[in-house]
Amino acid sequence: MKIVVCIKQVPDTTEVRLDPKTNNLIRDGVPSIINPDDKAGIEAALRLREANEGATVTVVSMGPPQADVALREALAMGADEAILISGREFGGADTLATGTTIAGALKKIGYDIIITGRQAIDGDTAQVGPQIAEQLGLPQVGYAEDIRIEGEYAIVKRQYDDCYHIIKVKMPCLITALSQLAEPRYMTVHGIADAYAKEIKVLGYEDLKDMYAEGTIGRTGSPTNVAESFTKQAKAKGTLLTGLTVDEAVQAIVDKLDERHLI
Amino acid sequence: MDFELNKTQLLQRELFRKFAEEEVKPLAKEMDEAEELNPELIEKMKKLGFFGIPFGREYGGEGQDYISYALCMEEISKADASSGVTISVHTSLYCGGVNEFGTEEQKQAFLRPCVDGTSVGCFGLTEPGAGSDAAGVQTKAKKEGDHYVINGSKIFTTNGGFADYTLLFALTNPELGTKGMSAFVVPLHAEGVDISANIERCGIRAASNVVIAYENVVVPEFNRIGKEGEGFKIAMTCLNGGRIGIAAQAVGIAQGAIDETIKYVKERKQFGKPIAAFQNTQFQLAEMQTKVDAARLLVWRAAATKNAHGNYISQAAMAKMFASDVACQVTRECVQLMGGYGYCREYPVERMYRDAKITEIYEGTSEVMKIVVSGGMKLK
Repeated sequence: MKIVVCIKQVPDTTEVRLDPKTNNLIRDGVPSIINPDDKAGIEAALRLREANEGATVTVVSMGPPQADVALREALAMGADEAILISGREFGGADTLATGTTIAGALKKIGYDIIITGRQAIDGDTAQVGPQIAEQLGLPQVGYAEDIRIEGEYAIVKRQYDDCYHIIKVKMPCLITALSQLAEPRYMTVHGIADAYAKEIKVLGYEDLKDMYAEGTIGRTGSPTNVAESFTKQAKAKGTLLTGLTVDEAVQAIVDKLDERHLI
Repeated sequence: MDFELNKTQLLQRELFRKFAEEEVKPLAKEMDEAEELNPELIEKMKKLGFFGIPFGREYGGEGQDYISYALCMEEISKADASSGVTISVHTSLYCGGVNEFGTEEQKQAFLRPCVDGTSVGCFGLTEPGAGSDAAGVQTKAKKEGDHYVINGSKIFTTNGGFADYTLLFALTNPELGTKGMSAFVVPLHAEGVDISANIERCGIRAASNVVIAYENVVVPEFNRIGKEGEGFKIAMTCLNGGRIGIAAQAVGIAQGAIDETIKYVKERKQFGKPIAAFQNTQFQLAEMQTKVDAARLLVWRAAATKNAHGNYISQAAMAKMFASDVACQVTRECVQLMGGYGYCREYPVERMYRDAKITEIYEGTSEVMKIVVSGGMKLK
């Protein structure tokens, strides 16, 4: 069983700020991390490998050459193989073109289960995983909190607003992981040295161009344009009313609403 | 000359840093107050390989070098110096000694379990009457047939409360003084071994530090590391390497205190602005960071020389002498910058201030470091 985990290297948004003038992310000096949902996906894949003899874990990332360190981290956690999809032609992609690019590469790489994170903390779109599934014509289960394998099926516990769904899905399939899916293990000291001794396979445009219809990847394959991004302004300070009984409180709120002609 | 860490070391530092931040830091205060390390924390560190960094994969170690080890020591000690010294004594003193002087069979028997994450080691040299003057050791090992019988007492044995093995130094020929000293691996569960409660201390209170008494403890000849009479040389060699670990610990304590202080001075407002806006704060921190960087470079130099099998003895002594002094100065100034809050247990710099002092004392006092360094300067 070949488990493929798609990961994205993202800026650690707990340390990110927006440039107040340009509204772009200030990336200088911000550490890069594996997107948390994706990292849970790696952990889930490693546990599936441990529970299913003969299974392998391949980690795939699309990004600039610097994404190498994210793949090394995945190897140091215990992944068997890492592949980087990288090339200028893939740059400037929106989620559609990204999904197309990764799906094309996955056809070449091969898979039984594809695990992606639910969404990345930099864009928060939650679109790429489902788009890969659609492009590959695979059944997909999102928001996975637990995955196990039974024969040729994956049994997935899917988080819902007020309940769980237990879904039986035939492999090959795609599952999107929540960060609650599995607490990621740490790398080990020697695992890091081993990760750097391994080769990371790079798939460039030349390796993959046959997989794509013309104009479907990179900037030209991206119908989305970001018109503007901005930081939400902090709301004005509210009024705090204290020491009122319930009836007084209700009356005070009604008076305020009335005063502003809202009721 | 290369001042950059390589990619492997950078990612290893990332691992140590993240682990220290997530797993060690939240426990540091309660472990200090309880005067006990959290056993689960030790298990986690063993599992990730922190207890076997500079030892061969063929023995179950991590196969890394002394730079990686120094990075581990700094990052863990940034969060908690007690956890740091636990790793250092185990790694440099116990495992370092067995690795360097043990036979292949002895390494399989006594190094493997300690570097593969199963067991923990400690080091028994210091006695109530033999501190800096290690030649004053009184513990004796009497040969009887194919075994030795050990009698005596060791004090300030770090890790002794929970370790599985000690590298013990005892006189096999008391008439010869230091030349009559030999080294033994003694399992601490052996009959006749009596381990005291934790010695109450000013700092690194969570670390285990005990008195161990040996009464007619029988160990096979196989457990003797090196030849009879080589004990003193082995002990001194272990301590030379140990100083890299302790110097890195001191750098960690100092850097940890600076990091905590920076957070504080940005938030704390006095006279209408954050105290980070005052030039005194800025200059103090600039001076401190410069000293810590200098100390770190000394540590890395000594570690790199040890990796290259060069003569690192003076370098390690310089690193420890300087870094421990820096740790004491920096933690004192950090408490000062934080004022009354710095003195309170609510903030970690108070603990770091207490923890720093020991780095000037153990594994050779700063005065002993000066003897070592001046000894290498051919002054006589």
